[in-house]
Amino acid sequence: METLPPGLRESHTFSRSVIHEIQRAAETGIYDIRGWGAKRALPSFDDLVFLGASMSRYPLEGYREKCATNVVLGTRFARRPLELDIPITIAGMSFGSLSGQAKEALGRGASAVGTSTTSGDGGMTDEERGHSKWLVYQILPSRYGMNPDDLRRADAIEVVLGQGAKPGGGGMLLGQKISERVARMRTLPAGIDQRSACRHPDWTGPDDLEIKIQELREITDWQKPIYIKVGASRTFYDVTLAVKAGADVVVVDGMQGGTGATQDVFIEHVGIPTLPAVRQAVEALDALGMHRKVQLIVSGGIRSGADVAKALALGADAVSIGTAALIALGCNSPRHDAEYRKLGSAAGYFDDYQDGKDPAGIATQDPELARNLDPIEGGRRLANYLRVLTMEAQTLARACGKSHVHHLEPEDLAALTVESAAMAGVPLAGTSWIPGR
Amino acid sequence: MRTFDLSQASVREVNQYLHDLVIPEEVEILEPRGAHAIACGAMVAATVTIRGHAGYYCAGMNQLANIEVEGNVGTGVAENMMSGTVRVRGNASQSAGATAHGGLLVIHGDASARCAISLKGADIVVGGSVGHMSAFMAQAGRLVICGDAGEALGDSIYEAEIFVRGRVAGLGADCVEKPLEPSDYEALRGLLARAEVDADPADFRRYGSARTLYHFHADHAATY
Repeated sequence: METLPPGLRESHTFSRSVIHEIQRAAETGIYDIRGWGAKRALPSFDDLVFLGASMSRYPLEGYREKCATNVVLGTRFARRPLELDIPITIAGMSFGSLSGQAKEALGRGASAVGTSTTSGDGGMTDEERGHSKWLVYQILPSRYGMNPDDLRRADAIEVVLGQGAKPGGGGMLLGQKISERVARMRTLPAGIDQRSACRHPDWTGPDDLEIKIQELREITDWQKPIYIKVGASRTFYDVTLAVKAGADVVVVDGMQGGTGATQDVFIEHVGIPTLPAVRQAVEALDALGMHRKVQLIVSGGIRSGADVAKALALGADAVSIGTAALIALGCNSPRHDAEYRKLGSAAGYFDDYQDGKDPAGIATQDPELARNLDPIEGGRRLANYLRVLTMEAQTLARACGKSHVHHLEPEDLAALTVESAAMAGVPLAGTSWIPGR
Repeated sequence: MRTFDLSQASVREVNQYLHDLVIPEEVEILEPRGAHAIACGAMVAATVTIRGHAGYYCAGMNQLANIEVEGNVGTGVAENMMSGTVRVRGNASQSAGATAHGGLLVIHGDASARCAISLKGADIVVGGSVGHMSAFMAQAGRLVICGDAGEALGDSIYEAEIFVRGRVAGLGADCVEKPLEPSDYEALRGLLARAEVDADPADFRRYGSARTLYHFHADHAATY
């Protein structure tokens, strides 16, 4: 522990980390680019609690009575919806940002517990397809590696308009991670800084997107569910327009959602937290009479079964995890602490995914570093973690007397703060008061 | 030859027929009436003739098929095409050939804004002029413009090549004129012949990336 002379007073406005950032900016002339998601304190699911059963509600036996967790995604138009065993999916993360081993581990872990994984801004790899029982194929503005063969061998298609870490921003992959293979997949020169587009190249606005989705359905003979993913900002309107454009599933990613490389100023200052985004998304679906007809997946800072259960109680059909999945694989593990420190970081703090020097072998394209991740062991760890999330969510659902996690509802929740009550639209604990209503 | 009349049949029927083909066949589409997504996702070397105007994403993601439109097309003709040939006898709307990886797209008339946006390896020949931001972020492939080009041609271009016969209203960030080598004239001559466009390669100028933006640097901040 660092020892400082007594009596020193740190400025709240110009804290040590703020001073460090000003000095870094003055030294380099470049804004800070990093991975991970928003690090500042935000209103979150921690500000909600469940009202367990008692006299007025009847609980289920924790270890005996069934509490189902299955979810069907894409029931609106697709001929082959995804039928998943658990309502926790793996979010899109690109090969390029992640190593091939990491993508394989994500596929193995997700498949072991009956859920889906998702490609990313860089195309589909054989490792990923081969080890993923259900694979969602993302269509991003860059269209790197995009081809109709992969479209057809995907189980669902996700049109990405944005992500929670940077609504309104495009992808970024710095030259250190543009290996020969990544460059070939993306049709780019190896080693250059890749900054992909933030707007799709062949449509603008929801009317065009509706026609684009028609094309995707035609190419895949109306078999695949089509998701639309938005970063949480004007969520009510975005979800409304996504439904209008023909989505089978809407994915809403709050500002706690992770990224492989984005400007720090973007991560911390654009978008809204996941908590109010869920409520706004459900309100939009309700207003259209489409709640549970168009499925809602929520992501951004999901860490525990409590987060899963609370998102479902607010009306989501499933959640998606990214950062937490990488941590389960071994990201920020104490066993790599010495290596993190050589990079100027430490276990528990490491967010420099953009540099490609991740000692855990996850956010890298260096073959030597990537070997630090055993995809079989990583997959096992992820499967374990997903099982824990599921069991935790079931525990909470049973306590509220629910035989399916989807039976959780806002009425099962209370808010601990005025802010969270307003954002989530549930009463402040001990009152019937929902601010703004 | 199999004929579909889109005043009677649906686009779904046409596309399913094309997707089910195992061996190449001739397909004729009558009365397209600007319908969207006609002949998209073809996978065999069928010969498809669309007798009239088509809507958005005509021949989208084409593989191997030879598709001709005897009219105009809407946004995104031959978007993300992988191979084959798409020929438009009339004009094309925005984003013609967007992100196309391979094959040949010929537009005998004019193309609108963002023609060849994010091009990834296909060849595009436009008999007339193209609108603004054409070849924006184009990564690979060739865009040949026999008429004029609008503002910001080739903005943020990577390794794609642009040839223009007429006037260029303005170049985008990092796009510069480059000399034509003898091999460029030969390649251009061959491409124009495949496109069935009568033009002299000697009349064209060539544009490509200055490669100054390949690595982010604070000194370039004013360029972005």
